[in-house]
Amino acid sequence: MNAPLLSIDNVSVRYKLPGGGSLTAVNEVSLDVADSSVVGLVGESGCGKSTLARAVCGLEATSGGSIKFKGHEVRKLGMRRRPEELMRIQMVFQNPYASLNPRRTVGSQIADGLRANPQQTSWSVAGLLEEVELPSDVQQRFPHQFSGGQRQRIAIARAIASGPELLIGDEPIASLDASLQARVATLMRRLALEAGASLLFISHDLAVVRIIADEVAVMNKGVIVEHGTSQQVWEQPQEAYTKRLLAAIPAVDGLGTLPGEAAS
Amino acid sequence: MVDTQNRADRQGLSVRGLTVSIHGKPIIRGIDLDLVPGKITGLAGESGSGKSMTGLAMLGLLPDGSKTGGEILFDGRNLLECDEREYGKLRGARIAMVFQDPTASLHPMLTIGRQLTDHLRVHTGMSKRDAMAKALETLERVKVPDPATALKKYPHQFSGGQLQRVAIAVAIICEPEILIADEPTTALDVTVQAGVLRLLQQLCDELGIAVVLITHDLGVMSSLAERISVMRGGEIVEEGPRYEVLRRPQHTYTRSLVEALPNHEPFLEGAVESAESRPEVGS
Repeated sequence: MNAPLLSIDNVSVRYKLPGGGSLTAVNEVSLDVADSSVVGLVGESGCGKSTLARAVCGLEATSGGSIKFKGHEVRKLGMRRRPEELMRIQMVFQNPYASLNPRRTVGSQIADGLRANPQQTSWSVAGLLEEVELPSDVQQRFPHQFSGGQRQRIAIARAIASGPELLIGDEPIASLDASLQARVATLMRRLALEAGASLLFISHDLAVVRIIADEVAVMNKGVIVEHGTSQQVWEQPQEAYTKRLLAAIPAVDGLGTLPGEAAS
Repeated sequence: MVDTQNRADRQGLSVRGLTVSIHGKPIIRGIDLDLVPGKITGLAGESGSGKSMTGLAMLGLLPDGSKTGGEILFDGRNLLECDEREYGKLRGARIAMVFQDPTASLHPMLTIGRQLTDHLRVHTGMSKRDAMAKALETLERVKVPDPATALKKYPHQFSGGQLQRVAIAVAIICEPEILIADEPTTALDVTVQAGVLRLLQQLCDELGIAVVLITHDLGVMSSLAERISVMRGGEIVEEGPRYEVLRRPQHTYTRSLVEALPNHEPFLEGAVESAESRPEVGS
């Protein structure tokens, strides 16, 4: 049996708190991401999902367990260049305002990604812009000339440009209009799979996650409480916490139903 | 209390043919909107549709270089003709606003108690002691845990959801007649959002405030707003009771907004459309 693309094995991440003590943000979590698959990671803010994602791309030190990407151990990035074998992990952050450089044109920022791609001929800047449904004549513009949804598409294009094998989206749709969220999420899934990558998609919104993910892991207080196929988690949630998350999604029923804090 | 006697003759607020242009560029192109006491009115639309500008126009907070036309009628006068002095008396006291991001709308270096009482004391002339008592009561109303301690804390010591409750307390402490809620839950998780939505509904029912809910999230809209206006490019393209707007949208734009939601399938058109299952649309 082949080892999975990404294997998270019993990983813990602990933060030191000011004035002594520590907070275990991620507590002995295990999760695998197979080749060409989309895994959703869902939970409330503070549940540790972003911390886990940051640990996977080396932005956070782990305090236990191991993270392996294609068999290579992921360690926290220091001042040195990221090891070659870990370059194929890319991340799309929540806030494209903060993750794009405001002083450079979007074309040159996407070209940065292309330079990191081992198969440099597989994409062109114009082609990528087209893939994310932006006109290719916008290359000379700066990030502030785009709307939030467009900026996030540019961030996605840049991540794809570098030829990732694992794309991580850390709440990539949370700051977008509701009408755009599903579209951008679907776009990420399509592009990742077309590029032969897997996608680890992090969000607090199960409604969006279930339409793009093959499997869903639900995280609460640093622990994965439920893990199954999207359909299974959406239709037959086992854990009370998952049920609570599902009940909190407002329904567009036009009846004035208030979303529940508990499924009563 | 002051409000018991004037609550009966509360009239809400009416927008008639409002136009706003900024540096000559039209932003709002003639819209009508009615806010009714004790009811939540929804203003939906995507970013850039002009919905937030409509809210700011009601408060007289439009950016420099903007020109307005039409009327915003409140308390027998057209707000667009008020000068700064008159607006100063209304803003925060009778017309209040809750913004999307409480970390930006609250002052990071003042205690919650101070932020709750400053404008209250200016508007009512209340003593510091009375104002603090009122602040405590308001924090209890919005269900901030341990309100007595919360008064002494600073914004960074709260979670996003708690902070939005504090921001709502700041907005309602002067017992306003009009509350403008501009994307009040957009920055929150679904579970925290559910709690804040319940709170807004409860405040609206208990205090008889006329609320305008501005949001792009039609799920949130469906939970709270009794009537919904859908805005696009500075115009209202569709207006009606929520059931009609969300389940039988007449305008293709409204339909596309509903269809863009990941969980719209069971509700839009078809399946549930029998006369018996329809709720009565009371006004």
